[in-house]
Amino acid sequence: MDSTIIIEKSVIIVAVFALTMLMAMYSTWAERKVAAWLQDRVGPNRAGPFGLFQPLADGLKLFSKEEFEPNTPNRFLFFVGPAIAMSTALMTSAVIPWGDRLHLFGRDILLQATDLNIGLLYFIGVVSVGVYGIMIGGWASNNKFSLMGAVRAASQMVSYEVAMGLSLIALLMMTGTLSLREISAQQAGMNWNVFYQPLSFIIFLICAFAETNRTPFDLAECETELIGGYHTEYSSMKMGFYLFAEYANMFISSTILAVLFFGGYNYPGMSWAVENWGVNIANVIGFGALFIKLCGFIFFYMWVRWTIPRFRYDQLMHLGWRILIPLSIINIMITGIVILRSEIATYLGF
Amino acid sequence: MSTILIIFCVLAAITLATAFLTIFSKNPIHSAIYLVICFFSIAGHYLLLNSQFLAIVHIIVYSGAIMILFLFTIMLMNLNEEREVHRPRITRLGAIVSFCLICLVLIAIFINSKPIVGEYVTTGEDYQSIKVLGKILLNEYMVPFEFASILLLVAMIGTVLLSKKEKLQK
Repeated sequence: MDSTIIIEKSVIIVAVFALTMLMAMYSTWAERKVAAWLQDRVGPNRAGPFGLFQPLADGLKLFSKEEFEPNTPNRFLFFVGPAIAMSTALMTSAVIPWGDRLHLFGRDILLQATDLNIGLLYFIGVVSVGVYGIMIGGWASNNKFSLMGAVRAASQMVSYEVAMGLSLIALLMMTGTLSLREISAQQAGMNWNVFYQPLSFIIFLICAFAETNRTPFDLAECETELIGGYHTEYSSMKMGFYLFAEYANMFISSTILAVLFFGGYNYPGMSWAVENWGVNIANVIGFGALFIKLCGFIFFYMWVRWTIPRFRYDQLMHLGWRILIPLSIINIMITGIVILRSEIATYLGF
Repeated sequence: MSTILIIFCVLAAITLATAFLTIFSKNPIHSAIYLVICFFSIAGHYLLLNSQFLAIVHIIVYSGAIMILFLFTIMLMNLNEEREVHRPRITRLGAIVSFCLICLVLIAIFINSKPIVGEYVTTGEDYQSIKVLGKILLNEYMVPFEFASILLLVAMIGTVLLSKKEKLQK
């Protein structure tokens, strides 16, 4: 491995990290603005123009708050919980293709930290590991409300992971690859997967809401029953890490949704742009297209938060196990029949 | 020493240390967390052998599913040393016998797989890619594969039956 590759990848990793952090920061601002807009209020408008410095002020506030620690025998695990939540939220961004390629300094630069040929499985793996941050943090708090919140969050995430994985299988049968770069490339033009797999998209979307613990599935922090859920005992920046991880997760899952179902960096007329304007400009526009798509999904997350009330816990489990899982299995069957339709027709003698 | 050897030594140390800590730590939750770290380091060993698929599946199945359910039950049951049930001697004997049987199966697998691994090295086929793995599993090893899935299904139905039975008795 030569040093230029190391420099190139380091630059991409730092850029992706900075982008994730910035988006998570400004999602908190956007959430308040969207909430205010939907409720006919003004929202934050004191810190900077349009309240744009509000996230910085919030960060400063969280850092300077008193660091309270419960009397717990598991002090180390109490610290590890938020750290795991934050790192798993950031890990997924490694396999996301942010664009096709740039041609700089006489070499092709792939706009992706790493192109794993099992990128989609990596994503599922990181999502399933993300539960540990919540469970360990909730248990180490030494508080029954925290523990109940953690158990609720974990059982919800584990249940919806099943439906999420099954909905992705139908997509995989169609694309025939697990690499996110190849899945993006297959959707060139307007060949988006959402038109071929609408059911899979809807199931994945619902599961993404449940995985990020967002309303209507935010039972983990249901204030009326559980005070603050798994982060009841957390204060200062440790609490901030949990909240920040939630927004980072929201950003990453929006990106995954855009990449898997809405064409990723592709936009209509991309091949024309590559021919006439060159690779660099076409791909910068492609990154812009991906960015607009994912911002649309982030807005959708916030929109739903102020539209649909919270589910009851048994309704949540009913939806996950009795509706979404059978639906995704039916979806897999239909996809299989459509893929093998010519062989089935010859077998039956049509 | 090459870089890979250094990484292997560090990983092996982590694996062995966490495996011992799993057995020796007093708190059952700490044991479970050490076991999770142990599984992650085993996934690291798979990555060193350049089998990404196996590593990720290992993480998804063991760390992501089984250990989470394990932690779940341990947290809810609030296990203490005082509540530990005294095991009768026949159960202990059964555990030892089943462990020996598993060892036998493992040794048989290692002996049988040795010529196959050598074959893969000579043919230069990319045996860690999903396409090759899927073809081998569903062509050459179709029957064992189906048997394994039937075993899992039976276990699942059995669990559901056991939990239903308890409810009926109440």
